[in-house]
Amino acid sequence: MYVSPDLNKGMGLTIAVTGLNANDNPGPGLAVIRALRAGFGEDLRIIGLAYETLEPAIYLRDQIDKTYRIPYPTAGVDALKGRIKEIQKVEQMDVLIPNFDAELYNFIKIEQDLLAMGIHTFLPSHKQLAQRDKVNLSAFGEQYQFKVPANEVVFTAVEIDNIARKFGFPLMVKGKFYEAQTALNIADAHRAFHKLHAKWGLPIILQEFIKGTEINIAGLGDGEGNAISVIPMRKLYITEKGKAWAGITIDDERLIALAKDFAKATAWKGGFELEIMQENNGNLYIMEVNPRFPAWVYLTAAAGQNQPKALVDLALGNPVAEMNTYKAGKMFIRYAWDNIVDVEEFQKLSAFGEL
Amino acid sequence: MKLKTNIATSENGFIFNPATGDSFTSNALAAEILGYLKSGESEAEIKNKILNNYEVELSQLERDWDDYMLQLKEANLLDL
Repeated sequence: MYVSPDLNKGMGLTIAVTGLNANDNPGPGLAVIRALRAGFGEDLRIIGLAYETLEPAIYLRDQIDKTYRIPYPTAGVDALKGRIKEIQKVEQMDVLIPNFDAELYNFIKIEQDLLAMGIHTFLPSHKQLAQRDKVNLSAFGEQYQFKVPANEVVFTAVEIDNIARKFGFPLMVKGKFYEAQTALNIADAHRAFHKLHAKWGLPIILQEFIKGTEINIAGLGDGEGNAISVIPMRKLYITEKGKAWAGITIDDERLIALAKDFAKATAWKGGFELEIMQENNGNLYIMEVNPRFPAWVYLTAAAGQNQPKALVDLALGNPVAEMNTYKAGKMFIRYAWDNIVDVEEFQKLSAFGEL
Repeated sequence: MKLKTNIATSENGFIFNPATGDSFTSNALAAEILGYLKSGESEAEIKNKILNNYEVELSQLERDWDDYMLQLKEANLLDL
């Protein structure tokens, strides 16, 4: 893969973004870009960093000025560093926002190298990343006194039966990085285990089922214990993959307090998403902590707190005041759109690694 | 009976609870009652207004009132 110069480059901020897979299990990239465009206006250049040629947002040319392919996380930090270095020679990127859980480890690892190249980031530490990992959720809850569902980490299918007897059914079966399935019986649990194992590797997480209302909270921590922004959203329409296809901002002090407590307890740095289950009796369980912005993060900008823009300001060392007001009742309703693309564009990205 | 202070209502009968994201639609009379509740009028005052403005027996009003309050309570819209 090589990098060719782009003579149309403007003089404003240049921000690189990953997570361009705007599909039915969407990455947050497109929403982040949309929020950045809303926040910074026209004098902004967006560089897409893609792993695969069919990541839909690559071809939205009004949103992304140029896209480069980057190596998969499994290629290691040296390959990633080398590729970013090549791109930086041409693009002079000011800020880079990684949006995939699976790539964060590598980006955190090369944080200082990126800074030496002139690329700012605003990322959690490896320790913070590990603490909130699905496989460490129980210890995380215990350490910081957050309610989390009981869960067990398994490496072999023979462990399932005993744990299923303990937790009962329905039972949540979760992949290491992504995806979860609700198992209604032991056969379901085994099937889900093998499917998620094949897709995401080991371990698999078995989790107690909590019944209630699904609420997600998008937040931004300043790394010093403060939550710069917190926006809770209730899912209104949920896809088969459990993703919010429509949602609405809600105003509940307890949810905001929970997110602020999370930022304070962990001194979280960067974007985060808390997946919450609210039981009918009001109990709030943290089901998952995602170490990056959610795919619905544009709603934060629409509701009055532009989290991606604030993250860029923090990354650049600009002063950012804590945001405390937003509009409850702001909704997002996602939709599918067939974007028409000529094969030449697809070919360019496939052959040369850039578009 | 008091409506929660944060509940948003509109003249056309749409009710929105910003704390939960729940929304409801109601008919014209239900919307009128919500308006009275929101402005802080007492149960007796509201019932008097309805008896004066509509052709309804007190016994029927009492039954419908209890039913409506139960619905509002179940929808988590009342301050109890």
